[in-house]
Amino acid sequence: MCLAIPGKVVEIYDRQLMRMGRVQFGGIIREACLEYVPEAEVGQYVLVHVGFALSVVDEEEARRTYELLETMDQLTELEAPVVDEAASGAKR
Amino acid sequence: MKYFDEYRDPRLARKVVDEIQRAQTRPWVIMEVCGGQTHSIVKHGLDFLLPQGIELVHGPGCPVCVTPLEMIDKAHAIARRPEVIFCSFGDMLRVPGSDGDLFTIKSRGGDVRVVYSPLDCLKIARANPSRMVVFFAIGFETTAPANAMLVWRAYKEGLRNVSLLVSHVLVPPAIAFILQSPQNRVQGFLGPGHVCTVMGYREYEPIAERYQVPIVITGFEPLDLLQGTLMTVRLLEQGQAVVENQYARVLGREGNAAAQKLIYDVFEVGDRKWRGVGSIPKSGLKLRWEFREHDAERLFDVREIDTREPEICISGQILKGIRKPHDCPAFGQQCTPQHPLGATMVSAEGACAAYYTYGRHLKKADLVQVAQA
Ligand code: SF4
Repeated sequence: MCLAIPGKVVEIYDRQLMRMGRVQFGGIIREACLEYVPEAEVGQYVLVHVGFALSVVDEEEARRTYELLETMDQLTELEAPVVDEAASGAKR
Repeated sequence: MKYFDEYRDPRLARKVVDEIQRAQTRPWVIMEVCGGQTHSIVKHGLDFLLPQGIELVHGPGCPVCVTPLEMIDKAHAIARRPEVIFCSFGDMLRVPGSDGDLFTIKSRGGDVRVVYSPLDCLKIARANPSRMVVFFAIGFETTAPANAMLVWRAYKEGLRNVSLLVSHVLVPPAIAFILQSPQNRVQGFLGPGHVCTVMGYREYEPIAERYQVPIVITGFEPLDLLQGTLMTVRLLEQGQAVVENQYARVLGREGNAAAQKLIYDVFEVGDRKWRGVGSIPKSGLKLRWEFREHDAERLFDVREIDTREPEICISGQILKGIRKPHDCPAFGQQCTPQHPLGATMVSAEGACAAYYTYGRHLKKADLVQVAQA
């Protein structure tokens, strides 16, 4: 029910005084209301729930989180003290 | 975008699990709040991957499950009326009331329509000026901005034939309620990522402090859930009762200000009954007085319906993380997703339904196989 899915904004337009857009999820394109994400631009990813974009997905953060997990992987293999550093690095 | 599918990487998942093992020195009980998270955890068997002693218990975060039976019955009474076009999200269609479900009402000639977005109701209302369009507005904070926009637009456009049957619930009061229970076992929380996309996580900070529990706002992909668990375990081990954000790629502390504004322009906080749990003070949203013309409960005089839940059902305790679906004698026997007896079996995101769907009613040995498949 609370599932929200990231999709790519492919078009932005006004309809009946509402900021709307077409958002692509894999092979499917659906209309979404963009009223709550005035900052969203074509080409960006937004998180959509029941036809409403709720936030713009931060690509840089997505990369950072993933790389952090990957780093953990490498450090784990090196073992011991370094792991503590990885641990404190995981805090945000 | 790159870094989407990567959040399902099984190789990395293994490494995060190893890291959890490394961080953990004693057993911990952690609750994931949101039903979408429960579904993802059970589907991917993440709870089986976790080291012994890290127990995930499932929270009250399935809006379909916690919608009270009285409200379902009210919805059905309204949906049966000939002048009404009753609109709902698809997952409410199969939820049984005291007498059948919306699907049955539709098959008997009721005009019941599934909508993708609440805004679809505006189109339907414009096209059917002589009919009453009623939307079953359920959900957590995630869905509130969409439902608020429907009310606001109907009000602005003067669409008098649009109304909402509102049964909105809020997460923070439910968390506080769980922590106040004398039987509470939960020591840390995976916070609801999509609810916080709207609301931010400011309101979780006083809860963490007051009840001395860490809360890690967490996403929905397997790696998100494992990383959220790791962060929670580390906080528990360090004795830190603070809020952290695993899901920073999607949300920040303040959430979506524009969405919050419209929610509170349209709705106000009120007491709300949760199915299987009972009434929780200030745990729901109801329409403000200015929008009473769009309040289906006012427009349709449906009398209070007296309902009773089956005695065997322990869904109230499951929703509070005190017990698991297996502890219920009816689980997988009299009670299945086809014939649900209680709250947590009615929707795919309920703990009982998720356990059943992913084979958890099978014997232990078969279970492990299902998880590994
Ligand atoms: S299995 Fe059915 S009867 Fe048992 S607790 Fe779950 S919902 Fe209730």
